[in-house]
Amino acid sequence: MDQETAFMTAVEPERERREEPVIPREETLGSPFLEKKVTLGARNVNVFYGDKQALFDVSIDIGRHQVTAFIGPSGCGKSTFLRCFNRMNDTIDGCRVEGGIRLDGEDIYAPGMDVVPLRARVGMVFQKPNPFPKSIYENVAYGPRLHGLVSNRAELDELVESSLQRAGLWDEVKDRLDAPGTGLSGGQQQRLCIARAIAIHPEVILMDEPCSALDPIATARVEELIDELRQRYTIVIVTHSMQQAARVSQRTAYFHMGRLVEVDKTDKIFTNPSHELTEAYITGRFG
Amino acid sequence: MSKPKKSPIKRRAIHEAVEAGLERRRRRDRRLRRLGLAAILLGLGFLAFMFASIAVLGYGAFWQTRIQLEIHLDAGEIDPEGTRDPTRLAQADYPGLIKRALRERFPQVRKRRLKRQLYKLVSSGAAWELRNEVLANPALVGSRQKMWITADDDVDLWFKHPDLKEYRLSEAQQAWLRDLEQKGQMRKFFNTAFFRHGDSREPEQAGILGALTGSLYAILVTLGLSLPLGIAAAIYLEEFAPRNRWTDFIEVNINNLAAVPSIVFGLLGLAVFINILGMPRSAPLVGGLVLTLMTLPTLIIAGRAALKSVPPSIREAALGIGASRMQTVFHHVLPLAMPGMLTGTIIGMAQALGETAPLLMIGMVAFIVDVPQGMLDPATVLPVQIYLWADSPERAFLEKTAAAILVLLAFLVLMNLAAIWLRRKFEKKW
Repeated sequence: MDQETAFMTAVEPERERREEPVIPREETLGSPFLEKKVTLGARNVNVFYGDKQALFDVSIDIGRHQVTAFIGPSGCGKSTFLRCFNRMNDTIDGCRVEGGIRLDGEDIYAPGMDVVPLRARVGMVFQKPNPFPKSIYENVAYGPRLHGLVSNRAELDELVESSLQRAGLWDEVKDRLDAPGTGLSGGQQQRLCIARAIAIHPEVILMDEPCSALDPIATARVEELIDELRQRYTIVIVTHSMQQAARVSQRTAYFHMGRLVEVDKTDKIFTNPSHELTEAYITGRFG
Repeated sequence: MSKPKKSPIKRRAIHEAVEAGLERRRRRDRRLRRLGLAAILLGLGFLAFMFASIAVLGYGAFWQTRIQLEIHLDAGEIDPEGTRDPTRLAQADYPGLIKRALRERFPQVRKRRLKRQLYKLVSSGAAWELRNEVLANPALVGSRQKMWITADDDVDLWFKHPDLKEYRLSEAQQAWLRDLEQKGQMRKFFNTAFFRHGDSREPEQAGILGALTGSLYAILVTLGLSLPLGIAAAIYLEEFAPRNRWTDFIEVNINNLAAVPSIVFGLLGLAVFINILGMPRSAPLVGGLVLTLMTLPTLIIAGRAALKSVPPSIREAALGIGASRMQTVFHHVLPLAMPGMLTGTIIGMAQALGETAPLLMIGMVAFIVDVPQGMLDPATVLPVQIYLWADSPERAFLEKTAAAILVLLAFLVLMNLAAIWLRRKFEKKW
């Protein structure tokens, strides 16, 4: 049986569980290198901006509670692909996504799928820190309030505190929770955005070049944080910095011109890549 | 690889060339700055001249000349039965009382012709004022009271502007007035009637309250309709509507509507609201509806611009956390766009407040004495009142016109201050 149809027919969750993982092309999925359960699975994803195709037949599995890094030269489609996982591409006019993406076996592009609960399960941290122009407290409290996760103020206070603590920001802001979030430094703002994302307890956190606007010290703090967050969350991070990918991720996927070239354990990608394009990129011959 | 050609410019020459050009550059800079400053000063000069001339002209309208007369509030005349019944008090012959007081003040006037001239010194509304005084205070009946009686507009003019070449007063009248003036029986009082009365054919009785109330009602209707409609339309078009030929068509039309001459909206209002829907003519409600039609495009355009200026990262942040599009708009985008929207609204309202042409079409140009009591009463508005007074032949209406302009400007300034205050309040919250 054609592997593609095998994936598409596996609609019922119970069948999906039995047959998972379905692997169309082993060398790109990287499934054999997964020590843990699959959280996100993408199969033959094609993305179009109008007539222009940005992604070609990308298939990958994202392992649970580990960090997967997407690397590749500018314009290779890694951010576009990342935004498929929480359907942020829906907001872009003329953007069309084909293929299937499953979160815990559930097709997130199914016709009846509501993006609101999806985005509560798949949080996102953006390239530029974008706290709401509200107080620090309100920034973190917004999501839980929105989804009705807490029933009273005391619970909310607790949740805000724990989220800020897990984002490593609590000690710096505990005395000025009413201060505007936009008044923090860039690195603090980005950690605030991470706190905001984890306040709603997502399963997956997508990070789109989260450190590209930060200085090296703030970057180091965020990287440390990512490593800690791995214990509880599945993280997918897009990065321009190969060092960052090497430092924080367990698996790395290399994208080139809208195609997924190779995905493997991070140390293998950086020491012994199997594809010549990957090798050319990591040795700095282009990028 | 061949050696690159030597640059034709010597380093020292560069230095000199830059030095030489520098002075010219600075001169140009200074000239531009001076021109800009001159333009601003010229503009401010015109503005100051306009304000000063209006203020000087209109200042007089805030003062009203009154004549002191000793009026015998004869109980036999006013209330022969002695019941002090208000309906009886209201029917008494107050003009007669004033005429008697005038005759007593100038006993030398005997001829009928001269007597008639004497009676012309006081306003025809003076009797009405006296009646109100008595009704408010019935205890006065039977006593002799020294009262300040509103003078006629010609007397007012004579007293305020002693340097005019001609007055509509006879030599005898002027002699009497000089006598009153010398004895201190003629004085200027703050003109409360101007703020308490509606329009009148008598300049000294004409007031701004009718037009002010009409304007207020019309602007309330306009604000109440165009603000929610404009914001809703802007939000839909900017945040929810799909980009297709339909929405492009709508956008082009809205932009065109903003440029349509306002009188066309007046005709539309006449045809639709009055002829088809049968609404009353001259009513502030219809005026407000017409002004709503006129200001909506402005509001929508300003609202969309304000929404567009909200950074997309805020939308992404909200969407990324799982807010629906509506929550994103109402929790984050709209509050950030609100100051801009309010500015647009105030500009639209100021435009509506100063609009005359479309209101002429729906009959708000009528001569209306009564102050409107509701949205459906016939009324006029401030700019139309200015137009009406500027058109009146009596010279005394000149200063009324200027004063009405001052009131309109004050209204506008007040609205702008309110907008600034609101904007500050919104911005503080964020």
